[in-house]
Amino acid sequence: MKRIIEFMDRPDIRKKIRWILIAILIGLVLIDPFMEKHPVLAVERLPAFYAVYGFLSCALIVAVSKIIGKLWLQKREDYYD
Amino acid sequence: MTSFIPPSAVFIAGAFLLPFFKGKLRKFLIILLPVLAFISMHLLPTGNSGLVEFLEYILVFNRVDRLSLVFGNVFIIMAFAGAIYSLHEKDISQVIAAFIYVGSALGAVFAGDYITLYIFWEAMAFSSVYLIAVRKTEKARGASFRYILVHLFGGMLLLAGIILHINATGSIEFNFIGLNGLASYLILLGFAINAAIPPLSAWLTDAYPEATVIGTVFLSAFTTKTAVYTLARAFPGTDILIWAGIIMALYGIVFAILENDMRRILSYSIINQVGFMVVGIGIGTPMALNGAISHAFAHILYKGLLMMSAGAVLYTTGRSKCTELGGLYKSMPITLALCLIGAASISAFPLTSGFVTKSMIADAAAHEGLTTIWMLLTMASAGVFLHAGIKFPYFVFFAKDSGLRPEEPPVNMLIGMGVPAFLCIFIGVFPQSIYQMLPFAVDYVPYTSYHVITQLQLLMFSGLAFFVLLKYLQRTDTITLDTDWFYRRGGQIVVNFVGTPLVYLVNSLSKACYETIPAFLIRFGENPTAAIKIGVDTMGVWADKKMGRTPALKKLVRQKKIYPRSQIKPLSIGAGVAFILFFFIMMFLIILNVI
Repeated sequence: MKRIIEFMDRPDIRKKIRWILIAILIGLVLIDPFMEKHPVLAVERLPAFYAVYGFLSCALIVAVSKIIGKLWLQKREDYYD
Repeated sequence: MTSFIPPSAVFIAGAFLLPFFKGKLRKFLIILLPVLAFISMHLLPTGNSGLVEFLEYILVFNRVDRLSLVFGNVFIIMAFAGAIYSLHEKDISQVIAAFIYVGSALGAVFAGDYITLYIFWEAMAFSSVYLIAVRKTEKARGASFRYILVHLFGGMLLLAGIILHINATGSIEFNFIGLNGLASYLILLGFAINAAIPPLSAWLTDAYPEATVIGTVFLSAFTTKTAVYTLARAFPGTDILIWAGIIMALYGIVFAILENDMRRILSYSIINQVGFMVVGIGIGTPMALNGAISHAFAHILYKGLLMMSAGAVLYTTGRSKCTELGGLYKSMPITLALCLIGAASISAFPLTSGFVTKSMIADAAAHEGLTTIWMLLTMASAGVFLHAGIKFPYFVFFAKDSGLRPEEPPVNMLIGMGVPAFLCIFIGVFPQSIYQMLPFAVDYVPYTSYHVITQLQLLMFSGLAFFVLLKYLQRTDTITLDTDWFYRRGGQIVVNFVGTPLVYLVNSLSKACYETIPAFLIRFGENPTAAIKIGVDTMGVWADKKMGRTPALKKLVRQKKIYPRSQIKPLSIGAGVAFILFFFIMMFLIILNVI
């Protein structure tokens, strides 16, 4: 167990893991036009819809959360004390 | 007769036996009870049994059908895992409360009538609140008070609805209700409070993170999922639940992203996940209901697992804020690995349980042509990975190194986590194992290349978004306002608003009655004649001022100064007697005259 952790902690290995993840991201988009689709809804037919929609949804969620958090919801920890 | 022992009775009676045993025997009993309950549940005959006459009604303790069995199964499995997880705990009262709580939840699930349901419903509230209060911190005490108050309120709504319903229909059978009239609205509200549908959800995220390590593990599994069961039983296909569920799913994500406490993040994530189930119940088609119910099954396991891993971190470090944690992967790799299995399952990665259950709900929405609902559900799925799949493990186990190097938790905790972790993957690899339990026949194939690739696209790009936006997701030392504000801060404001004028009124009244008026009377009594003279002169001065004459101010001031002595010369007694005699004679004459 310890060896695995030390192995993963090596800077060169970390860099490699990052590149592998980026390669997976690119691969998932590249494979999109070639796979057999069986969509139920029309929006699913858009190219790489899930990738784009997933990214945009998260960006939207983070933006909305941050805005209402900063302006309204987030308070100091002793707010109720 | 033995075949009619309900599993709830095994847990509740067993819980009361626990204090009489010690050491290894007690540990053995703690593990044995869930096993016995499991056996007793599967010995129950299908249909209604355990009938008890009560007043003019017949109570049904065991209503065994496919729907109640799914929940019964997962409840007992989770109780088994939780029991192993809590073996190291020396405070046996926590295990006792947890077992009574599990027994009550099972009782509610197998209840065939409203009266039995209500009794177990309340028993759940009372046994679960102990798991919060027993942590004995100031915060836990406050949270447990608010928790029980909200649940008592919810219980009252449910009871009112049940009484109206029984009055109207004459039957106590607990079955499909649907929305029609006041009784059904009240019952739905009672269920909605336990299902934590916003704005009735703040009790959950307020109380669960304040409970004990073991407490939160048990709490996360039973209350909300019992409510999911009752909703699936009584309100399938109720349109309003679709939107209620969507709001839950998105609301949970937004708050989980803002939150700092790791167990509170996971609590918001419960609301988010129950949201998916509520949407499924709202759609109400066989596929959607199958999705909702199987998702409840999967959810109990992976949320239990995640809460266990958070509990393990709290147990070994004593901390629960993301700002105070980080870098734990170096010394707690096994906990991390188990936690990641839970994180992958909740995010619905292929080969995990979430993948084969959650997708059924979204697909059911698509098949009904509910494009907007489907889009929002998919957005929520992406958001789940963001907050529960990455944020929780990343900030606790990686991110900035906190310098903490805690050891792995006790072995029993790791085994307790291993049970749900194994099942998360088992269900993901063999989806039929769960599909064959569901109430409706399943015609759904989760593993198509299309589904796997699109799901991976969704998740991987959500992950990309997390790391791109990491700057904006940094942890802050804050708490997040929720609807509990209305009874925590709002309550104070109402008290101030109503109380301040009231207190002022009461204070001035008591001051008048006990100070001003008696003081005046005493002062007046010292020399009534002089006091009356001062009063008359004061009025005279006031009148003079009004009329524009020069008032005799100096005289009045002097009079006040020398009071209770006065400048009025007292009459001699002889003069007084003469005056009185004169008065009597005048009276006598007047009376004579009149007569």
